[in-house]
Amino acid sequence: MLLKTFKGGVHPNDCKRFTKDFAIEEMPAPPTMIFPIIQHIGAPSEIVVKKGDYVKVGQLIAKQTGFVSANHHSSVSGTVKSIEAHFHPNGSMVDSIIIENDGKYDVFEDVKPAKPLEQLTDKEIVQIVSDAGIVGMGGASFPTHVKLVPPEGTRIDYVIINCAECEPYLTSDYRAMLEDGDDIIFGCKAIMKALSAPKCLIVVEDNKKDAARHLENLLKDEENISVVVVKTKYPQGSEKHIIFSATGRKVPSGKLPADVGVFVANTDTAASIARAVKTGMPLISRIVTVTGGAIKNKKNLRVRIGTPIRNVIEAAGGFVAEPERIILGGPMMGKGVFSIDLPVIKGTSAILAMTKEDLGINVVTNCTRCGKCVQACPMRLVPVTLAMHSKNENEEMLKKYHVTDCIECGACSYICPARKDPLQMIRVGKRYVIDRARMKKAQ
Amino acid sequence: MENVLKVGAAPHIVTKHDTRSVMLDVVIALMPALLAGVYFFGYRAALIVLISIASAVAFEHIWNVALKKPTTIGDLSAVVSGILLAFNLPSTVPLWLPVAGSFFMIVIIKMAYGGLGHNFMNPALGARAFLLASWPSYMTSFTKPQAKLFPVLSPDFVTQATPLGILKEQSGEALPTYLDMFLGNLAGCIGETSKIALLIGFIYLLARGVISWKIPVAFAGTVAALAWVFGGDTLFTGDWLMHLLTGGVFLGAIFMATDYTTTPITESGMIIFGIGCGLLTMIIRLVGGYPEGGSYSILIMNVLTPLLDKYIIPKPFGKAAKKIA
Ligand code: SF4
Ligand code: SF4
Repeated sequence: MLLKTFKGGVHPNDCKRFTKDFAIEEMPAPPTMIFPIIQHIGAPSEIVVKKGDYVKVGQLIAKQTGFVSANHHSSVSGTVKSIEAHFHPNGSMVDSIIIENDGKYDVFEDVKPAKPLEQLTDKEIVQIVSDAGIVGMGGASFPTHVKLVPPEGTRIDYVIINCAECEPYLTSDYRAMLEDGDDIIFGCKAIMKALSAPKCLIVVEDNKKDAARHLENLLKDEENISVVVVKTKYPQGSEKHIIFSATGRKVPSGKLPADVGVFVANTDTAASIARAVKTGMPLISRIVTVTGGAIKNKKNLRVRIGTPIRNVIEAAGGFVAEPERIILGGPMMGKGVFSIDLPVIKGTSAILAMTKEDLGINVVTNCTRCGKCVQACPMRLVPVTLAMHSKNENEEMLKKYHVTDCIECGACSYICPARKDPLQMIRVGKRYVIDRARMKKAQ
Repeated sequence: MENVLKVGAAPHIVTKHDTRSVMLDVVIALMPALLAGVYFFGYRAALIVLISIASAVAFEHIWNVALKKPTTIGDLSAVVSGILLAFNLPSTVPLWLPVAGSFFMIVIIKMAYGGLGHNFMNPALGARAFLLASWPSYMTSFTKPQAKLFPVLSPDFVTQATPLGILKEQSGEALPTYLDMFLGNLAGCIGETSKIALLIGFIYLLARGVISWKIPVAFAGTVAALAWVFGGDTLFTGDWLMHLLTGGVFLGAIFMATDYTTTPITESGMIIFGIGCGLLTMIIRLVGGYPEGGSYSILIMNVLTPLLDKYIIPKPFGKAAKKIA
């Protein structure tokens, strides 16, 4: 049978073998924890504790400001040591709450189970998700409760749980499917209920067939939730592409999944929703794949949010080789960081310590106009031409070639034999066009 | 580890295939045809290929040294060009001819325009056209295949007309069988006669993802269709197989019309390019005064390629979306 997929894309070596067979281990939290007030897309949260306060596990420490924002909670019990600007994975200094962990893990009194799912209304579910500070955990970190309230008059036909995990190296979704299957399915039901959606599709790439089969077994008696196996190809997990592969619907450019009647959530997000409903525990931990050639004991860890990356790397045995680059997230779209004294935040799906060999060879030649970037682009753009017009800041041509449709997936730069890294230029051009449009609007 | 880590932008990994490995794949894909050429035309064919490669690489290196630029011969593109130039020569040409061809190919067509990726026409075909215009007699005397590896290096080659030449001249000479045409046992240029060897190379290139099937299939398909419709005495009686199996259609479609730099980058551009090559080839063969049209048609389409790339802007994913009620 031909597997469902999209046109374009690339096939990097998935490198999941290093960690896929290691069960998720609970990582003990270190003495000092760092909680930045930005761990999501939207308005920064407002700090609600002060220096010297004693906080418990699951206690609110920064609350959302406005609808598109998110709550953040302490993942340990202990004393607020200070509130200061600290380096953030995004590269800037962000106000952060530093908490001294007392190692007791006393749970906050308000953390208690909600009513059974059957008795909850859609509004109550959205409130629980919002209270729990749940955001998209695939990397983008968009507050989930916002997506659970689609614009008036929109009908959601499909809830899609994005278990594609198309980024190489990452195995956190895979382990979650095998170990937290029940929570994922519970999460599906909660989301379906909140949106009154009739169908839920759990979408898995075919390199994780065993996980797909495991979920299918768990779903034997469920009529409305099914597993869809799609072709292993990067970027299958891109929102627009997974929607197309699973439902055949195309999200028009500039539109959202809700506009075609679809809601998409990440694997760990669904499981976190389940935990919030079942136990009342907000989002305070996540699965992090720690891997890459420079890591000694590559593994999947359940890490409390706020744990410094340095400690996570130590928990994985430290380095066995000089890391050439450290990446938060996958190697295709993750962020290279300049320091390991940064906290794990809600969107940190992996910590990759890559050696020179992992990164691959970079002998730059002239662009041969081979067209491989064109074939690889999942958005069907012409990266080589976009890169050229970006260099010349040719706004008219950039628009003509739809620069703003670029999802920055990096497929073009991955595939380029001349190592021209077209995306590098395209980012600049895209920014330029967006900024110009803003300026014009402002005038 | 207190030192600041090196930060780079995503994506952080790249494919194993770089320009050099891609060129190496093309060289490997050309090997079956080279072996066939040597088998059918003797070791003189090998000598011409070697001279052609060596001079192509040497000219590129000298150019770089003369202009105080880092040398670019490591990308192996000059090796590919050298082989392809030799493949487009009869095995009887004087040994200085590939050197002259390489000079034109590397210095005039490739390096003067900026080197790899900047030439506007296929270097090997451009050089072939130049040689054909300058020394037509050398370029059009073809020998009968020797079918032995070491024929004496004496000048008494048995000349033979190519099948297309026979058809054009209506000379009544016997045509080789289809099997001979397929295997390569017929008169022609060094690298073009053995279709099966070229096909093996084609499959290798497809399997390695070096080229897409679009241009070769569109090219050969158009040649076959037009030959069938218009190639006979009446409509729909043409010997399409003969048109496919003779001349440079295979070599052209697989290795020349898929040259990265001088062919379109978009999928629809590739299809148009292939059809255009097929169309022009058949016009030249059936209407024009010249038996073989493959290389000129590719050159003409090369020149049109910038236009195809300029005017074809593919629809992005999601732009053609139907509205869902
Ligand atoms: S940018 Fe790279 S992939 Fe794109 S055409 Fe040029 S060499 Fe090929
Ligand atoms: S142009 Fe943008 S969308 Fe297309 S492959 Fe490159 S990064 Fe991905």
